[in-house]
Amino acid sequence: MFHPTHFTAVLLFALCASTVFGITMRDTPRRMVRYGVYCFTLFVGSAIVLSWVMFLIAR
Amino acid sequence: MATTPNKPAVAGKPATSKQSQQGFVYLPLIAGWLVPGAGHFLLGKWMRGALLAAAIIAMFIMGLAMQGRLYTSAQDILALLGVAGDLGSGILYFISRAAGWGGQPVQTTVADYGTKFIVVSGLLNIIAAVDAHNLRTGRKS
Repeated sequence: MFHPTHFTAVLLFALCASTVFGITMRDTPRRMVRYGVYCFTLFVGSAIVLSWVMFLIAR
Repeated sequence: MATTPNKPAVAGKPATSKQSQQGFVYLPLIAGWLVPGAGHFLLGKWMRGALLAAAIIAMFIMGLAMQGRLYTSAQDILALLGVAGDLGSGILYFISRAAGWGGQPVQTTVADYGTKFIVVSGLLNIIAAVDAHNLRTGRKS
């Protein structure tokens, strides 16, 4: 079985979702890559920011 | 950093190519739903189809490997939405059901993530199938 850490799960989720978003939401390969990277950054960045927010709230 | 979205077909110009004017127009949509990436393969978009298939199938398999649960019946509205999301995976869902995978109850946090991976892979597959349909009709180049 596969037991990734929570952060690894975030990275894998973001990678797969960003790949699909990039390919389906843009026309040209260059723009697909740029949008995919943009989505990946937002996925991972927002997960990190929200994690810190929840950590600070819980203290 | 975000680029502008896909442009719709320009008014006055034919929105469809020669290829999109013949054959069953919903074939890429249905094929793309049944088999991830197949809609793009039918249209000759090999690289896009391969990447979509890799991302969607990998996500589905990772979900099962995390001991995620497949939604099989709709006892409430949330379970109904789960079934709808899982069905988006097409043949992956039916094979997994037939093989008895994803039937165990969720007992760990990672298994809950796995359940979400499976649902989201189905939803992403629907997006990919609709994209193949848009390519077929000429709405997207």
